[in-house]
Amino acid sequence: MARKLPAKDVVIVGLGWTGAILAHELAQEGLDIVAIERGPWRDTATDFSPAYAQDELRYRIRHELFLRPAQTSLTFRNNRSQTALPVREWGAFMLGNGVGGGGLHWNAETWRFLPSDFSLRSHLTQRYGAGAIPDDMTIQDWGVTYDELEPHYDKFEYLCGTSGTAGNLKGVIQSGGNPFEGPRGRPYPTPAQKQGYGHALFGKGAAELGYKPFPQPSGNLSQAYTNPLGVEMGPCTYCGFCEWFGCANYSKASPQTTILPVLLRHKNFTARTECEVTKILLDKEGRHATGVTFVDTSGTEWEQPAELVILSAFQLFNVQLLLLSGVGKRYDPLTGEGQIGRNFSHQTVSTAYGFFDNKKFNFNPFAASGAIGMCVDEFNGDNFDHGGKGFVGGGYLGQVQTNGRPIETTALPKGTPLWGLKWKEAMRDNYLSTINAGSACHGSCYSYKTNHLDLDPTYVDRFGRPLVRMTMDFHDNELKMSAYLTDRYAEILKAMGAREVVKKPRKGPYDVTDYQTSHLCGGAIMGTSPQNSALNRYLQSWDVPNLFVQGATAFPQNAGYNPTDTVGALAYWSAQAIRSQYLKHPGPLVDA
Amino acid sequence: MPRPDRRVVLSSIAAALAASPLGAQAAVIEGGMPWTADRAAPPPKIDPIGWRYFTSDEAAAVEALVDRLIPPDPETPGGKDCGCAVFIDRQLAGPYGSAEALYMKGPFHDGTPQQGTQSADPPAVHYRKALAALDKHSQDTLHKKFAELSDEQKDGIIHDLESGKVTLGGKPMAFFQQILKDTQQGFFADPVYGGNRGMASWKMVGFPGARYDYSDWIDRHNERYPHPPVSIADHPDWNG
Repeated sequence: MARKLPAKDVVIVGLGWTGAILAHELAQEGLDIVAIERGPWRDTATDFSPAYAQDELRYRIRHELFLRPAQTSLTFRNNRSQTALPVREWGAFMLGNGVGGGGLHWNAETWRFLPSDFSLRSHLTQRYGAGAIPDDMTIQDWGVTYDELEPHYDKFEYLCGTSGTAGNLKGVIQSGGNPFEGPRGRPYPTPAQKQGYGHALFGKGAAELGYKPFPQPSGNLSQAYTNPLGVEMGPCTYCGFCEWFGCANYSKASPQTTILPVLLRHKNFTARTECEVTKILLDKEGRHATGVTFVDTSGTEWEQPAELVILSAFQLFNVQLLLLSGVGKRYDPLTGEGQIGRNFSHQTVSTAYGFFDNKKFNFNPFAASGAIGMCVDEFNGDNFDHGGKGFVGGGYLGQVQTNGRPIETTALPKGTPLWGLKWKEAMRDNYLSTINAGSACHGSCYSYKTNHLDLDPTYVDRFGRPLVRMTMDFHDNELKMSAYLTDRYAEILKAMGAREVVKKPRKGPYDVTDYQTSHLCGGAIMGTSPQNSALNRYLQSWDVPNLFVQGATAFPQNAGYNPTDTVGALAYWSAQAIRSQYLKHPGPLVDA
Repeated sequence: MPRPDRRVVLSSIAAALAASPLGAQAAVIEGGMPWTADRAAPPPKIDPIGWRYFTSDEAAAVEALVDRLIPPDPETPGGKDCGCAVFIDRQLAGPYGSAEALYMKGPFHDGTPQQGTQSADPPAVHYRKALAALDKHSQDTLHKKFAELSDEQKDGIIHDLESGKVTLGGKPMAFFQQILKDTQQGFFADPVYGGNRGMASWKMVGFPGARYDYSDWIDRHNERYPHPPVSIADHPDWNG
């Protein structure tokens, strides 16, 4: 039996980006708030030392900052005919753990989605006809528009101090920026980062082919910055230890470096760390959340009653909690009925390696930042005519190489053996003169009837709760898109002067061991009615109106960009609706 | 950065009956940013003398293997002199060897390659079984332990492990993939973990190691970075 704690106004499940944003916004309303976080507290000065933060084995290979699969994992299969087996060690994506969540270990690429991404099905139907969308593809409109989100994108970027060059200011195209982006109300908070040789050369090669290259928007800052909350950040030093690592320089935007120092001064805010929420509690009718239960490190189970529940864990665990708690109806891939677990998507990443003459080219790949790079957006979303291409979707292309950490910087020319003297010589001869960007082609991943999440019938976590079961495979649309993007990327490497280009388009089946990105999306998506979504346009549960579900869980499909800027914008959009509407009249914000 | 409120409350909410996987305790944090000195400690520097996990026979086989996977050349030592076997030994003696962090609940079934490793054997057990099978295979076919073979014979067996022709009782290629990954990690990881002695691999490729600031170099395009590598626990100047 759970021991009952005094009631709070708000309980927040998970203290990453969205938990911190919601907590800070709602704390300003004077509400009594507790955030419950599964992992440890971490902060720059106590946890990330510039004397030993740059340890590839400890952080990149042994995953020190991440959730351990021993703590909880998921099961995976490509399709319903297979038996799902547990993901015993991480591969295709990384799951954060602890205060800061994914916002601690990310590379800080800070992209907005395209205006047409938010009305994807209507947009594609209007331009190409309904027949252009495969029958089993379940893409849909978000129920919110780019214009509605623009001020919230702006708020998140100014929180982070994002470094970039605007491409579209209030509808006027700006030289040097991304001409395809939606209009932004004002420039980026800080100028774009500097570029290394390989990054700059990509920009030059792309321009020669007629594209319009621009610097990747970066949450690793080009200069010192004080955000609107008064929190100060320092300039990035291009150390090359960004993603998978904590930043010792206060240079990477994270909850720790932008918002927590201010949030923690609110007397009406409390964080509980090392406490795992096990269930959302509902009333008898299942229409009202009464709080959550959680387990602390002693094994004691607690009940935390609350008036408002904000679910802001990682995508998979948001969905797991909804399924375990009986919120809404589980998705059935055979009938298409039910919303919880539906429209799961990830990313379709590919690359090509460019090998250059080492007597003429020296890229110093170790000098880089997490979101450095020059990119082109000609082949993203619907920025190009898909007529006759045989696929929809796209992605940005970029020389976005973030590091030269040697354990993972091992791209070698075709035919090189995996070991022995020839391998050793090839490592020596290519390390400084190879372009090797892991996510060079950052492709979209659209949603399908068959790709979904539910609960595993066999495997359980340390509390005996069923693991999430992921049923996921690539479809022809994404594989064709990936081949097309990879070909365009390889052309740019050739234009840069590469003597050898090795293309690595994404191939099926979907492989849970092969790292792509940590951008898992969907499972409890937002939309316009309870018939097409789990959440309304404000991320409020249609079924349980005092429950809001944050994060990429709400994405109906994934676009060809990194998701965090959109996750942050949606969090501010949702928080504004709670502050301006819900708190005055608790109940559904949209009529079902 | 705003100054933290001094009234930081940091208290354990319950007696420690069962430690979390990280050994930390549940905590209530309010009133300001908490401070715990030395929360994340630097890695201990390993003592390179002796073996912590391998028997002497196993150690001899692993030293022989790593020195063929990464052979010495006139400029750069091989896997053995770089300490790759010591690195693997220390890793197997620790949480990596026991798969402490991994999901190891059963039932265990073979899956598709896309479902990833499903072995019930943690890496330390895998090595123990495979190394015994390697010496047996070597004795059966060439009448010597693996470490006593000629370089050519060793390479022949490694090629057979790589192709799956010789399995050592496990899944085809599993041990080859395991030891190749571990050897290369030892070769390129910070020397504090026992491999990459003298930062030999970093000197070989031109990686400056555990530096943290290239602000002055990011836009010096196509110039070779001139400074030697440094490690978390070592710098060429420190040892004279």
